[in-house]
Amino acid sequence: MTLDLATRKAAQPHFHTLLLESPFHERLAALDKTNDWYGWAGHKAPHALDDEELEYFAIRSTAAVFDISPMTKYRITGPGAVAFLDRLTVRNVAKLGINRVHYTAWCDDHGHVLDDGTLFRLGESEFRLCCQERHLPWLLDSAEGFAVDIREETGEVAGLALQGPTSYAILKEAGFAGVEALKPFQIGGFAHEGCTVTISRTGFTGDLGYELFVPRALALSLWDRLFEAGKFLGIRAIGYTALNRARIEAGFIVANADFMTAETALRGNRLRLPDEIGLDWMIDLEKPNFNGRRAIMAARAGKTLKHILVGMEIDGNVPPEHALVYHNKRREVGIVTAAIWSPLAKRNIAIASLERPYGERIQDGLWVEIYALRELQYQKLMKRARIVPRPFVTLARRSANPPGLF
Amino acid sequence: MKIYDAIIIGGGHNGLVTAGYLQRAGLETVVVEKNPWVGGAATSRELTPGFLYSNCSYVCSLFRPEIMRDLELPKHGLQIISYEGGAVFTRDGDYLASYRDHDAHRREFARYSARDAESYERYARDVTRQCRFIQPLLMRTAPDPFSCKPRDIGELLYLAKKFGEFSPAEMAATLRFWTMSIADFLDEYFETDVIKAYLALSGIIGTALGPMSPGTAYVLLHHYMGEVDGSVGAWGYARGGMGAVTKALASSFLAAGGVIRTGSEVDKVIVEGGRAVGIALANGDEVRARMVVSNADVKRTFLKLVEPKELPEPFLHRVKHFKMRGSSGKVNIALDSLPEFPALPEGSQCMRGDMHFTDSIERMERAYDDWKAGRWSADPFLDMMIPTTLDPTMAPAGKHFMSCFVQYCPPKVEGRDWTDADRDAFAETVIKQISDYSPGFRDRIIHMEVRTPREIEQEVGLTEGNIFQGELTFDQLLFNRPVPGYAQYRSPIQGLYICGSSTHPGGGVMGAPGRNAAAEILRDLDRSRSHMSAAHDVL
Amino acid sequence: MTSFDTIIIGAGHNGVVAAGFLAKSGRKVLVLEAADTAGGGARTVEFAPGFRASGLAHVVNRLHPQVMSSLKLDRTLFEGEAVPTLALDAQRGPAVLHGGYGETLEGVSETEAGAFAAMRKKLLLQAGVLKSFLTRKPPRPGDIGLGDALQLGLTGLSLLRHGRQEARDFARMLLMNVADIADEYLTDDRLKGLIAFDATLGIHLGPRSPTSLLGLFYRLTGEVLGQAGGQYLPKGGMGTLARALETAAIAAGARLRFSSPVAQILTEKGSAIGVVLKNGEELRATEVVSAIHPVTTLQTFLPAGEIDTGLSRSLRHIRSKGNVAKLHLALDRVPVFTGVSLKDQRGRLVIAPSVDHVENAFNPAKYGAFSADPVMEITLPSMGDLSLAPPGACVLSALVQYAPYDLKEGWENGKPRFLETILSTIERYAPDIRSSIVAAELLVPPDIEARYRLPGGHWHHGELQADQLLINRPTFALSGYETPVEGLYLCSAGSHPGGGLSGVPGMNAARHIIAASKARSRR
Repeated sequence: MTLDLATRKAAQPHFHTLLLESPFHERLAALDKTNDWYGWAGHKAPHALDDEELEYFAIRSTAAVFDISPMTKYRITGPGAVAFLDRLTVRNVAKLGINRVHYTAWCDDHGHVLDDGTLFRLGESEFRLCCQERHLPWLLDSAEGFAVDIREETGEVAGLALQGPTSYAILKEAGFAGVEALKPFQIGGFAHEGCTVTISRTGFTGDLGYELFVPRALALSLWDRLFEAGKFLGIRAIGYTALNRARIEAGFIVANADFMTAETALRGNRLRLPDEIGLDWMIDLEKPNFNGRRAIMAARAGKTLKHILVGMEIDGNVPPEHALVYHNKRREVGIVTAAIWSPLAKRNIAIASLERPYGERIQDGLWVEIYALRELQYQKLMKRARIVPRPFVTLARRSANPPGLF
Repeated sequence: MKIYDAIIIGGGHNGLVTAGYLQRAGLETVVVEKNPWVGGAATSRELTPGFLYSNCSYVCSLFRPEIMRDLELPKHGLQIISYEGGAVFTRDGDYLASYRDHDAHRREFARYSARDAESYERYARDVTRQCRFIQPLLMRTAPDPFSCKPRDIGELLYLAKKFGEFSPAEMAATLRFWTMSIADFLDEYFETDVIKAYLALSGIIGTALGPMSPGTAYVLLHHYMGEVDGSVGAWGYARGGMGAVTKALASSFLAAGGVIRTGSEVDKVIVEGGRAVGIALANGDEVRARMVVSNADVKRTFLKLVEPKELPEPFLHRVKHFKMRGSSGKVNIALDSLPEFPALPEGSQCMRGDMHFTDSIERMERAYDDWKAGRWSADPFLDMMIPTTLDPTMAPAGKHFMSCFVQYCPPKVEGRDWTDADRDAFAETVIKQISDYSPGFRDRIIHMEVRTPREIEQEVGLTEGNIFQGELTFDQLLFNRPVPGYAQYRSPIQGLYICGSSTHPGGGVMGAPGRNAAAEILRDLDRSRSHMSAAHDVL
Repeated sequence: MTSFDTIIIGAGHNGVVAAGFLAKSGRKVLVLEAADTAGGGARTVEFAPGFRASGLAHVVNRLHPQVMSSLKLDRTLFEGEAVPTLALDAQRGPAVLHGGYGETLEGVSETEAGAFAAMRKKLLLQAGVLKSFLTRKPPRPGDIGLGDALQLGLTGLSLLRHGRQEARDFARMLLMNVADIADEYLTDDRLKGLIAFDATLGIHLGPRSPTSLLGLFYRLTGEVLGQAGGQYLPKGGMGTLARALETAAIAAGARLRFSSPVAQILTEKGSAIGVVLKNGEELRATEVVSAIHPVTTLQTFLPAGEIDTGLSRSLRHIRSKGNVAKLHLALDRVPVFTGVSLKDQRGRLVIAPSVDHVENAFNPAKYGAFSADPVMEITLPSMGDLSLAPPGACVLSALVQYAPYDLKEGWENGKPRFLETILSTIERYAPDIRSSIVAAELLVPPDIEARYRLPGGHWHHGELQADQLLINRPTFALSGYETPVEGLYLCSAGSHPGGGLSGVPGMNAARHIIAASKARSRR
């Protein structure tokens, strides 16, 4: 449907602003010392506000606040919502309880992953889907025949991730009574300024943490409430660089970083089935048909899965970001998609995409070739890589019930 | 009498490309041009003091970067400037802009439809996939599938291998894409008329087809394969007008020791013992050479410049039926000041790019119906731009040059020849359309040059004024272009080659036909081609 | 609950042909038909008291010889000789094509006859090459078997056998438009108009649209009684053919149930297990074969979500909106077409006086309007079969285009106006016809859709255009007669090779199903 003239005309001046500001921008900008912004889904987002090392440690030792407002969000409602989401995504939505969240993925007809994301069940037939890419045409086309309404709400909802050991303490201090009852992946509604803030015990750090969503207009007051409460609990706003380190430790993958989403990839051999990016565990073949089910079954039956995503530990202390992976130092078998030195594990860790059978049947004899640029000279290193399970780091406080104060 | 190694008939961009490569291979080459200037349809002429027009072709992005590099065109003054924006004006007083910034582009589409804004990503991906398949073929000679020669079989295998890189579903999609109309193709992605109209224009420019004709999705690709310095699909102006392209080519050729004879109309190709040995000029002079390369279109070359007795009948028959119906006209305007488009808000960069007034596929198709009936379109499709917003060298300060490409415009008016009155009425249709969106436009006009297919044929020599030297329909592409069995730049006459847009890969200021022709000639002479870059990799 | 090996949805000619082949393979086959007789668009209908005509298709020109021989159809169905085609011209009189698409011509100059013969020879040669693809399942790219490769190789060889020139011409002409071919070979506007009409009949293209020649190739791949391009009007109308096919299927052991519209296809874990009728009755089978439109089959009959989003997107993109209207006139006497002999009036009378006429008729259809000056083919079936009309009276049956399914002004308004337009067009060729009209029935595409349960009212079940052929028919994921739902197959005109009364989609699908189950049981 084409929008009416008045609405269109009102939107004309958008070209003056190429990157939009998040609802929290005023607060972020006030704290920002680096002026190191990047574009995240058309929004201005910080790589770091201050020292990225300190920001990382805020996640692991106090509490970090990360603005997740630019993330694409869809509101999915209606009596057919469960059936629709079951058709759309690979996990069983009927099994997702009300006020629960699960991590999921969705595929095209060929079983290639279109995106991954988190699905919030806010009511019997009310959901929020959060993801990296935009999918409106795919969602609408998938909804044909289902009694469901789909609306993008990215601009209307402000979101914050509050992550780290003192995150619960901060929420408690801020007066969100009852938040201690939230178990991992559980959602609760809490009063804020006469409205509701939706708090879920979720996050992208593998640490104790929460994600908070409020209507855009309440963004700044929520921020202030958290920072006031966190004054003595080490609260700190952070940028993506620090978050990225934490998520690698937690073994989480990022769309278009660890795998290419199916609607973005130009080259056919970059497409991935869930089994090829470590998401096979979430697929429910027993539920009614979902997009990609037949293709996934055929690939499993025909043994045509080509890739595998693995966690690796690399000798030494040089993170092999985007390094080639070799078998027996000769045969090229894959690429490192993400790598860091893990301060928590005190190890060099990496996520890598390998060509089967390497990483699958053949797990030994893997090496990575690192080109370390040091003062305008590459130092070439060939380092042994061992396949290890993800997450690289497991923190008991993440899932402790009730959550700890520190 | 001097005997050259090669004579090039016609100093259009392809002729000059061939000449440049041959001269650099050590062949003594002479370019013979009818007009007092070189450039063919890529010229910049000063028709009114202080204003340089891009008289025929007007944008530059198809021109192959490999050729620019090989012939050192930047050293000879060639510089390309990217568009900054562009717009289709809608009849309800709004516009649809195109912006270089990805998010701005998406938000602009979302002003009309959020769904279309996102569908564009999938559309762009699908079209880019097709481009990536086709692009490497531009700089290769099309294989003859029926020759059974090892080289052709090798090339066919290369094509099969390229095609084999697609998944089965993509192969099927490719077969569809090649045979669909741009209108049907766009219907699979978009719901908004103006968005479809904006994207469809590349499917029709220069062709005698409407957006609803099957095959126009491929034509879209032809226009999409351009790039400006690695930015694929981008469009740009040549600084100094399109003449800058051919000026640089000519300068490069001369610097390599070539000879250009302007004001020398060719009357006949001299054929002796079945071999082309030179040309006879209209003034009676003769120029002799070991070979003749014609940059003229296939009809002009074989129906006017060569005696029919020298050609086999089936070949002549095919040439006669080669389709090159003109479908476009051109109005070049010198403006006293920058026109105003009240629909555009303050600070808009839309005027620094291509502008259009056709806001639906239906209007575009109806414009084509007029052409089919032998009339110029009453409500034409305009590809209009003001290069002086980005290139100050083309007009006096504060004044502007405007280029309007107009479609559709037939080679004959309802079966009869064009008259000056027709031409003026045609121009008036164009001025009227612009004035509808730009009040006071008429008063800004200082000078105007109007080209219907008649003027294009008269000056540039393009038969029927067809700017692509032959339509881009399936029966005239790849190994069928221009004549099946003669699609490799050679002709039935020994020593006579063709290098214009009538040959693979076709029209547009691309240079690929000229370059490929040079490669075939040097192959025949067993000469080194080390000075010719292979097509850049598509990674 | 009754159980069958195979349930076939729809007793149109393809459904019945598939039933015959599958029953012959030993399967227990049930055909479910919503109407009360078999035949679908190939029924004979009484449109006015005492006046009967073929309901939709009215000329047999491509019933496949393998269908005829396998189902042991009687050649006497088409007794008598092939009927001629007449390209009418109100002033000059008709050009008459006798035999298989104008083996001999009448009413044209000798030079023109020679030119036509040359063109005909070329087109038949090329159609002959294409013909071999009709009865083969289109090859799946990436899964090209030895048979497919052999087929392609043989095609290449058969081309080269005729010389390099013919091979080159084939590659050049395959995707051309019919107008350019007409211009290249012919000068007589009647003949040019005729081939322009024949190439575009039933297709949303004008003769100047690239690829429109394919329509003519498709026509010429058809043959009847061994005669390429031949055409017959069966005695008793098309219903006779439908009955013959039905009888053959029953003889092979198939059962047919009428007035049994299907409501849903039953699935379990992604496999088809039967159907539910509108009356709620459940019928089980291991194979469900749909002889109705692919879009209805997959979008309407399957539960939402049973097929993936990408496939339902492609289904939505199948262009399947009809452009042809069917006209039935009950006349109280035999009409007189100017310059046409009574004997020739048994033939196919085409009103398409020039290529431009056809093109101009097409133009409005692009914008949702009907042709102001329509083109059409007329038959007078009662001329050869007196049983179709009361004594002395006459039936006129015509296919008229272009009549777009989505008429902008709405067909309620448009239909009377279109009928008037058609009648005044016919009047130009048969001046006294209007006063003889007893009854008139005009079926525009929405009427055809309603009467024959044919979405879009398109008899090909999907545009017969280059991008919807072979591996893209009906769409890539469904080419080769299979669907993603195991045990659910397609066999309608929406599948390769397409529509027309050929029986080939039904035959090919049945053969594929039989071969596939053999391969499964071997495994």
